[in-house]
Amino acid sequence: MAKKKVAKKVAKKKSINTEKVLFDSILELVRITSTVIPDDVQKVILEALEREEEKTTAEYAMNIIKANIKLAKMKSQPICQDTGTIIFKIYHPPGFHQAKFKKVIEKAVVKATELGYLRQNSVNSLTGKNDTMNIGLGHPQLNFIEHSKKGIDIKLMLKGGGCENVGAQYAMPYTPLDAGRDLAGVRKVILDAIVKAQGRGCGPGTLGIAIGGDRASGYAHAKEQLLRMMDDTNPIKELSDLEQDIVTTANKLGIGPMGFGGKTTLLGCKIGHINRLPASYYVSISYMCWAFRRQGVSLKKDNSINKWLY
Amino acid sequence: MKRLDYPFKKEDIKDLKVGDMVLISGKMYTGRDAVHHRIHNGTKPPIDLKNQIIYHCGPVVIENKDGTFEVKAAGPTTSIREEPYQWEVMRDYGIVGVIGKGGMGPKTLKGCADYGCVYFHAIGGAAQVLAEKIESVDNVYWRDLGSPEAIWELTVKDFPVVVTMDSHGNSLHAEVAAASEAILKDVL
Repeated sequence: MAKKKVAKKVAKKKSINTEKVLFDSILELVRITSTVIPDDVQKVILEALEREEEKTTAEYAMNIIKANIKLAKMKSQPICQDTGTIIFKIYHPPGFHQAKFKKVIEKAVVKATELGYLRQNSVNSLTGKNDTMNIGLGHPQLNFIEHSKKGIDIKLMLKGGGCENVGAQYAMPYTPLDAGRDLAGVRKVILDAIVKAQGRGCGPGTLGIAIGGDRASGYAHAKEQLLRMMDDTNPIKELSDLEQDIVTTANKLGIGPMGFGGKTTLLGCKIGHINRLPASYYVSISYMCWAFRRQGVSLKKDNSINKWLY
Repeated sequence: MKRLDYPFKKEDIKDLKVGDMVLISGKMYTGRDAVHHRIHNGTKPPIDLKNQIIYHCGPVVIENKDGTFEVKAAGPTTSIREEPYQWEVMRDYGIVGVIGKGGMGPKTLKGCADYGCVYFHAIGGAAQVLAEKIESVDNVYWRDLGSPEAIWELTVKDFPVVVTMDSHGNSLHAEVAAASEAILKDVL
């Protein structure tokens, strides 16, 4: 009996401790996401810089981007001042306490805001008042997903408003372009969205695209595509071909970095599909700026960071 | 590389052409959506904007315990949202430059020509490189709009920009858009 009591006490102590560890892990995830570009994204940015011709405004822009990535990491300060919509994806085992986890995430977001890793970025849509600590209706965005693994993985994306604004959703068929309900039609509207965006989404950007779903799930799935590695290959041959075709063709449009004109308009394109109703066929396009901020961590049992996912 | 130094003069502005890479040194005032909205609705700006530059920027600013400010990140925000208002600020308050990203439309381009103003494009997302060029935060106005929307008075040195709309009716944005639309027709 006595032994059991002791065991209980220890367990209780441990649970308090792991909450603090979890707070630290999430704060570190926010810091790294806001200040360090993932390796796979940095690689394609440097390749884009190499492609631009010397002494052009395009090369000038890419060089400043390169310097900015280095400086942000060195100073541990936000890559971009728009630290974006804070989108968490929490992959957890069955029997997981979501409400408790949410509280720790909110605490970490407040701390990250106080430390300047996040801007005061959450505005009440009715009153126009800034909620100052990034906690408010719908902020931060938390998505809990149950998985069959034992541990917890957390992914975080910080998506700025400038690039979010140039996202687009097409209901097919889209008659102005004679774009039908097939991959040829999908190709047309994607290229149309790129031309409409020009440099306003802080290009060269990356597209996450969903074919199908409804208006809400389409955009959600499009953003989900942005969690893929830049250099992965889509297992579906037609989509893999389309992804490559979009990048190659987009880079012939001459929009270039920041829309200054130049060789790189797009860094990558990731396309997924989900089922639709017979009546609807949406193509949802989520534009991600060059400052592609997404990271993830796999947590140990005590909630410390086991490994980084990107 | 050209230079533009404070105090800014209309003659210097007239010399600038689309495609010029420019380093700006001196004073600038941040002003974005809420500031333009308020001015448009009839409130006078709290500072004299004659011959000044407005920077479309919502910086990350930390207030130190001694009341001084530190800019942690300060890249440009998308300018096109000020398209309905910007020409009025040129007409009524005599600004000579606007810094932002993504470019602006025909109303602003006409305003640039009519009132002697240029649009400078800063590199979007380059918040650290640009924050490094800020030498001091000299004042803040209209803080009730929230930190990113307030007017921050900044002194900068060698702030890197590209002229994408000049005071002679030229717009790089209009050119690139037209060229890319023509190519799009071919590839569809």
